[in-house]
Amino acid sequence: MSFINYSSREINCKIVYYGPGLCGKTTNLQYIYKKTNPQARGKMISLATETDRTLFFDFLPLSLGDIRGFKTRFHLYTVPGQVFYDASRKLILKGVDGVVFVADSQVERMEANMESFENLHYNLREQGYDLDSLPLVIQHNKRDLPNVVSVEEMNKAINQRNVPNFEAVAPEGVGVFETLKAIAKMVLIELRKGAGA
Amino acid sequence: MLPNLVLYEREFNQVTDVVKRLVANANAKVVFLVDKNGQLITSSGQTDGIDTTSLASLTAGNIAATGGLAKLIGEKEFSILFHEGEKDNIHISIIGHRVILVVIFDERSSLGLVRLRVKKTGEELEKIFEVIDTKSVTDQSGLGVDSPFAEITDDDIENLFS
Repeated sequence: MSFINYSSREINCKIVYYGPGLCGKTTNLQYIYKKTNPQARGKMISLATETDRTLFFDFLPLSLGDIRGFKTRFHLYTVPGQVFYDASRKLILKGVDGVVFVADSQVERMEANMESFENLHYNLREQGYDLDSLPLVIQHNKRDLPNVVSVEEMNKAINQRNVPNFEAVAPEGVGVFETLKAIAKMVLIELRKGAGA
Repeated sequence: MLPNLVLYEREFNQVTDVVKRLVANANAKVVFLVDKNGQLITSSGQTDGIDTTSLASLTAGNIAATGGLAKLIGEKEFSILFHEGEKDNIHISIIGHRVILVVIFDERSSLGLVRLRVKKTGEELEKIFEVIDTKSVTDQSGLGVDSPFAEITDDDIENLFS
């Protein structure tokens, strides 16, 4: 649910990075934070445990520039990936405009990917959203590891909708901005559709 | 699912006026109005040195988590939260199930005064947000006919990333 302020001429959208535990959601945000001009971003907030596992969410506000005189801002959130944090995950999805699903490409994590994707479906439906119509991008992360599943196989498992998907190595930034750009575009296009163009 | 929140000049000014008045009446340091999804709507008072965007997002997270707790014990929501610090305190309340009013105050005010003023302010804000919601519902997309987004082109979007 975007927030449009005609008085300050701003539009704010919410993007959520979803995916199984340790798939690299936080790493995506950390890389974006590191590589973005300080004027274009706010503080990154991480509510994590002492062992750096996301407890509630990470948050990074990002300014993309002007579109037709409106400041375009994206609020990036991650969810906690571990299965038992489901109650928190549901809360983060409230008001979402677009989802990036980060999948772990390692063969032993395929089941976790599918379970998390299923969970995303379920949690969105609970909030009244339909994953089939919500802007969605899939990122196949950890492509540098030796035991990865082919992208075709991964798409077959979690990308039946055939949404834009990107190969990534998040700590090195491979695919990180491509993913962000794709979801931001989809969210803006959705806004245009909503405006009746 | 709530519709898009769209604020036009008129309502934005009304809301901001109400918030400004609360700063004075409650002797508060700062007052924020935040959407339940974590977007800052407006603020007033000594906002310098406060990361307002982060504050909005964490407040919404806080309300969401407390709301989750409420449901677990069979409550609809906890409409008031209060955090007491050594110097500054935060009073958080939900207005009309939709927006969050945050008041930061120190020893120059008191919890009693803040609660009293917030109650009155809440009623005023609720009325304004009823109007805002009606406008959003009339226009199902949540965007007005003069929406700047109806006319954005692929190039406009592409230019954001160049």
